[in-house]
Amino acid sequence: MVERPAHLAVKRWTSFIVGAIAILVVALLLARVVGNEYFFFAGYVVLQFIVLATAWNILGGYAGYVNFGSGAFFAAGAYTAVALIKAFAAPLPVQLVAAAMVTGLMGFAIGAMTLRLRGIFFSIATVAIAVICETIVLNWGFVGGARGATVLQPPAPAFFTSYTRLLFVIMTLLAVLAVALARYIETSWIGRGLRAIRDDEEAAESVGVPTLKLKLFAATVSGALMGIAGAPFPLYMNFIEPTSAFSLNYAVSALAMPIIGGTASWAGPVIGAILLGSVQQIVTVTMSSELNVLVLGLLLVAFVVAAPEGILGLARRLSGKAGAR
Amino acid sequence: MTGALLEVDAVTKRFGGFVALSEVSLTVRSGERLGIIGPNGSGKTTLINCICGSLRSDRGSIGFDGIDVTRLASYRRTRLGIARSFQVPRPFSSMTLAENIAVPLEYVAHRRSLHGADVSAEARSILARMGLANRADAPTGSLTQVDLRKLELARAMAACPRLLILDEVMAGLSSVEVDEMLKIILGLSRQGVTIMMIEHIMRAIMRFSERVVCMDAGRVMAEGPPDHIVQDSDVQRIYLGV
Repeated sequence: MVERPAHLAVKRWTSFIVGAIAILVVALLLARVVGNEYFFFAGYVVLQFIVLATAWNILGGYAGYVNFGSGAFFAAGAYTAVALIKAFAAPLPVQLVAAAMVTGLMGFAIGAMTLRLRGIFFSIATVAIAVICETIVLNWGFVGGARGATVLQPPAPAFFTSYTRLLFVIMTLLAVLAVALARYIETSWIGRGLRAIRDDEEAAESVGVPTLKLKLFAATVSGALMGIAGAPFPLYMNFIEPTSAFSLNYAVSALAMPIIGGTASWAGPVIGAILLGSVQQIVTVTMSSELNVLVLGLLLVAFVVAAPEGILGLARRLSGKAGAR
Repeated sequence: MTGALLEVDAVTKRFGGFVALSEVSLTVRSGERLGIIGPNGSGKTTLINCICGSLRSDRGSIGFDGIDVTRLASYRRTRLGIARSFQVPRPFSSMTLAENIAVPLEYVAHRRSLHGADVSAEARSILARMGLANRADAPTGSLTQVDLRKLELARAMAACPRLLILDEVMAGLSSVEVDEMLKIILGLSRQGVTIMMIEHIMRAIMRFSERVVCMDAGRVMAEGPPDHIVQDSDVQRIYLGV
């Protein structure tokens, strides 16, 4: 991408913000207009994956550090919410903030232990953290342990006819905020530093990039967003148990969606999440929920082999070729 | 005053049982042009890595402009004013040339006043000085060897160094390209940048250096003015193979 003069950058941000507000208004309208409850049930899942994929991409896409344990961060966010509901009947905003803090800290802690080393150590630690978190939750009676816990939805506020509709709008807001944050990081000096780290860490350090600090920052933000994606999950499902919260599906989706969409830009994870999230919903309804992960896996393999830079890279290559003619 | 800018004092670096640097001491004056020669494996690059912070020395101390930088992270040393080039060019390959230059501009030169447009214009002017103006928006993958070396040099210069350390920036270049590179480097020196240059090309070393240090097996074996060094019998034996 070429640098643009400041006023153009401001213009681009203005149109982004206008777009974001428009999306929120549309979500609110939909919550009033659409009659079919399933639309919100499925839409919520797609939006949740936008947050999760965007979160993964901040560390995995921009800086090149792959997190295999997104499921653990997601579930840790969900179980933070459950614990707060059980203990204090905490309202949803409190659950969201607390979940972000817990999983942000998780990201920072894993980062502090492993990001001093370059390469694969962080990824290995994220696999381990998934196992550790699931074991803790399985043995934690207060949040239901292996049996799971039932969480009752509070009555919906007057504007909404059901609580799921409220959650749909809230998840839209979270998705917009997550994407805005990712876009800010990507287009700022932080994003350029993260890209330098991905390209060549030693060279980055040699031109003044504080690599460890930037990696820890990215790990913390990424972790916090994953937790916030999981926080409304118990209220959405009315029930939570470890097997579904720690499902492999989250870990695979969180990395498959950005890779298929394209990791270079904030739009990649959004495209990937909308595409794959919708395909998964369709497969679940028309075929079976077991086929979900299979479809995801096959698509991931196909893209890694045929279009390693994802849909965005493919589009750029095609338009580049057209322009060259 | 032209005092010592860099003071390397008895620096030792081991890799397992192999002693790569054995109590190396070296002083570089402010504004000096220092050439470093020595056979492959004599510890030249290890010394640079210790000075720049890519490696931590096991013993000894490194002082820069009166500050002890021995334990300082690499990026902090860059911000103090030590910049380097790598022996094999290491561009940020996902970025254009201008973006490559923008990284040190944002992280060192303009750390306190970040402004996208200024950085871009300044990156272009630095590239122009290296003769890379028309490639500013090209990806690094399209560059020739000599242009990659120039980019490496431009990126180091964008960090506004007071000490520039060049690790074989001329390796593999043709004789015309060596002259071109030498002209750029001597120009930087005239602007007041202190330069340490590792090089195998004797013609370049002789023309560039005010003083030459010859390393062998992790030690400083000889030092002196270039014409003096080439007459040194030990240098001739181990380095020139005479």
